[in-house]
Amino acid sequence: MDAFWRGPPLMNSSVGQQNSSWALVFACWLLACVSMLGSLFFSEVMGYTPCILCWYQRICMYPLVLILPVGMLPFDRNVVRYALPFSVVGTLVAGFHMLLVGGYIPENMKPCTQGVPCSEVYINWFGFVTIPLLSALAFLLITALLILAYRRSST
Amino acid sequence: MKQKNLVLVSAIVLVVAFIVGAIVYRSQKADAAGQAYQRDKSTYVRPYSPSHGNPAAKVEIVEFFDPACDTCKDFYPLVRKLMADHPDKIRLYARYTPFHPGSDIVLKMLAAAEKQGKFWETLEAVFAAQADWSPQHQPRPELVWNYIGNVGLDIAKLRHDMELPEIANMIQQDMADAKTLKVTATPEFFVNGKPLPTWGYEQLKTVVEDEVKAAY
Repeated sequence: MDAFWRGPPLMNSSVGQQNSSWALVFACWLLACVSMLGSLFFSEVMGYTPCILCWYQRICMYPLVLILPVGMLPFDRNVVRYALPFSVVGTLVAGFHMLLVGGYIPENMKPCTQGVPCSEVYINWFGFVTIPLLSALAFLLITALLILAYRRSST
Repeated sequence: MKQKNLVLVSAIVLVVAFIVGAIVYRSQKADAAGQAYQRDKSTYVRPYSPSHGNPAAKVEIVEFFDPACDTCKDFYPLVRKLMADHPDKIRLYARYTPFHPGSDIVLKMLAAAEKQGKFWETLEAVFAAQADWSPQHQPRPELVWNYIGNVGLDIAKLRHDMELPEIANMIQQDMADAKTLKVTATPEFFVNGKPLPTWGYEQLKTVVEDEVKAAY
């Protein structure tokens, strides 16, 4: 029964490879969880209103919190294929957001006119760490680790 | 299933960390707000803000309210009861936040009534008849006149005063202060400058009782 659920590709890969892939996906899931709880902390506890670009990044991040464990218990390397579109699109949105905050994209190209402007800087740790930077780093790391996990689990 | 346990334990640890973090953050913020309040009360209370209770009371409740808000009406007797339970230890200040369209006109009447020293009596009459002049959350300020006849106001003076620019300025100032203090819904309370951890009567009661204990 167990073999049935795991499917054929895994039967070929060694247990060591599978474990290291699992650990990488697990790391991605932890990153996604921390990102989700962190963003909720900013908005629900600290009271920062999320701008529209933050919402698009949340749309990409939050599903990972649910979809990754589905592919971890039991391990299914295909979860990487399902999760990557989210992390890649999230990286792009976060990158765009960073350019906006950094002033590299002109004012009139701002996609948000109502509510909180996306160029608003809520936090600025050490003079360069902003929420979009944290988001971009999380998405990039998740993307890289997912690809690594997929490669490692292939035979 | 070691992996399953790892995921489960991680999820629990993360959620607990979030909750503990939120509690710590809120209590630190409340303390900071309390200290800021003791240094400078100006955004919380303005010289024209109507107040009730012992002027020397050490616990000050600032309430942002809207006369058309039914929860504000329901809270009014509860706040009064809190004050009665701790006689002379609590002072209540009212701030004007017309979040309903039309409420600003009722607030102008109330602010003008304050000039006659009858704010609280008028407020009680306005709250008592709220369902009649604000059916289905649609305030009809012109109807309020029918319900404040027994308060003992000089109505001609009230009609004159409520159009004064100083009254309009008060409401504008209160709305600006509400924005500064991130008041987005009514009633919103600050107890010696501290916001409620979460909204609710029990939370208000707890914060007030803590402040009373700390001050007396």
